[in-house]
Amino acid sequence: MTTNAPARLEPVSQPESDQYWEGARNGELWIQRDKTTGEYQFYPRAHSLATPGGELEWVKASGKATLHTFGIVHIPPHPSFAGDIPYITAIVELQEGPKMAANIVGVDPDPDNLTIGMPLKVVFTEISDDYTLPNFTPA
Amino acid sequence: MPNINRLKALSGQSAIVGVAESDQIGNVPDKSPLAHHAEAAINALDDAGLSLSDVDGLMTAGWSTLDVAEYLGIQPRFTDSTSVGGSSFVIHIAHAIAAIQAGYCEVALITHGQAGRNDRSPAAPNLGTPQNQYERPYGIIGPPVSYAMAARRYMHQYGEDRTREAMANISVATRKWANMNEKAYFYDRPATFDDYHESRWIVWPFHLLDCCLVTDAGAAIVVTTAERAKDCAKGGVAILGAAEGHDHSMISQMPDLTCAFGRNTGKQALDMAGVSHSDLDLMMIYDSFTYTVLVSLENLGFCGPGEGPDLVANQRTAPGGDFPVNTSGGGLSYTHPGMYGIFTVVEAVRQLRGETGERQLDDCDFAIAHGTGGYLSSTGTVILAAP
Repeated sequence: MTTNAPARLEPVSQPESDQYWEGARNGELWIQRDKTTGEYQFYPRAHSLATPGGELEWVKASGKATLHTFGIVHIPPHPSFAGDIPYITAIVELQEGPKMAANIVGVDPDPDNLTIGMPLKVVFTEISDDYTLPNFTPA
Repeated sequence: MPNINRLKALSGQSAIVGVAESDQIGNVPDKSPLAHHAEAAINALDDAGLSLSDVDGLMTAGWSTLDVAEYLGIQPRFTDSTSVGGSSFVIHIAHAIAAIQAGYCEVALITHGQAGRNDRSPAAPNLGTPQNQYERPYGIIGPPVSYAMAARRYMHQYGEDRTREAMANISVATRKWANMNEKAYFYDRPATFDDYHESRWIVWPFHLLDCCLVTDAGAAIVVTTAERAKDCAKGGVAILGAAEGHDHSMISQMPDLTCAFGRNTGKQALDMAGVSHSDLDLMMIYDSFTYTVLVSLENLGFCGPGEGPDLVANQRTAPGGDFPVNTSGGGLSYTHPGMYGIFTVVEAVRQLRGETGERQLDDCDFAIAHGTGGYLSSTGTVILAAP
């Protein structure tokens, strides 16, 4: 990042996601599970996909995932990423089932370094005092 | 579920009687988005032999119909600002049919206008969306990043080299069509396979020449009853089938990155129309990216999953080929102001009327126009017939 780079884009936590972002600040990935069926869901909602109207509970995820797909960004889609290119964006499949977006870190951004299906583990990247992002790196 | 028998009864009961772009498209620094809406509206009504005073239904996306109607000075009795990405304007055709046949209006005007290159006040993102929490902070921002990840998944499932070759074929073929359309941004700029493969990376696996243009442009469509179409300047292009829907918003929530909602809208529109794939003479397929065409053709049922690369091989979709796709030059090489879907219909209507000069297809009786919006999120499909 150059010193003049615009501030990083931060999420705006919503009431149903406060626990998710608090967990990330503490270096933990928390996801929701339907109390009746045991099905996990991502992203956090005040609504169960498995049992509409049903109850949800928060669970600390294993942090294990596999690479579902990725891209390597060469043109910054927002000025705040100008210092980060090239960087790897990905959709990962959590061991618990749901998919989520993340960056793949700790790997040179070369397609030869990435294989669909490769095992990953969660790591955490602090982007501000308020927000830490769950990311993934080869397990 | 949609009631296909009731939809079949609507087939051919409404028609497109006017289409047009705004006065200038491409790089137009002196026109606002609303100016493009207004110019296109007047031009499309002229095309139909109608005037603003005939319009009683208004549809638009990206803007509220409140703003567009006020700018135009009209007071619509049916209003629809459904905005689900670049497919919206194709979806509006389904809404126009429903509104007209139910009696809510008789002349529906669909307008579009964007200053993609020169907008003095581009829309700010809604910071309350899930996307703002779970994608944007990762630099997953804008269509290229999302569509590239979908294309990479397709490559994994169906082969990287043949996917690459298919994307190159689509890029080069589309440019050839643009070279026959004087309104196209790349009208006077040919592109070769080498140009494709040597163009810079935008988001791997997308080269620059996998990606659509960013232009200033507007377009409009006028829809009315088949009966009233007989009195319009150029008659009517019958709307035989129309379908819409969506299955996610963010790319990371897409159920299957290689299968968009066109799997449903294609079948529904064709069933409603009573038309089969082999009847179609022109395929206007929203090409935000080369991959969008590849996956859309499969989803619409022109071939099976993973067979798209064979379908578009050897420049079959190019001028002179036996499977013409995107004869205007598409979003890749003609124009793409941000939400391009309406332009697929503009070109389909012109081809069905035999108005496209050098690039006119010999026999164009039936066309499909297929819009994709958001992040492969929404689709709208229409089947149109020559007057």
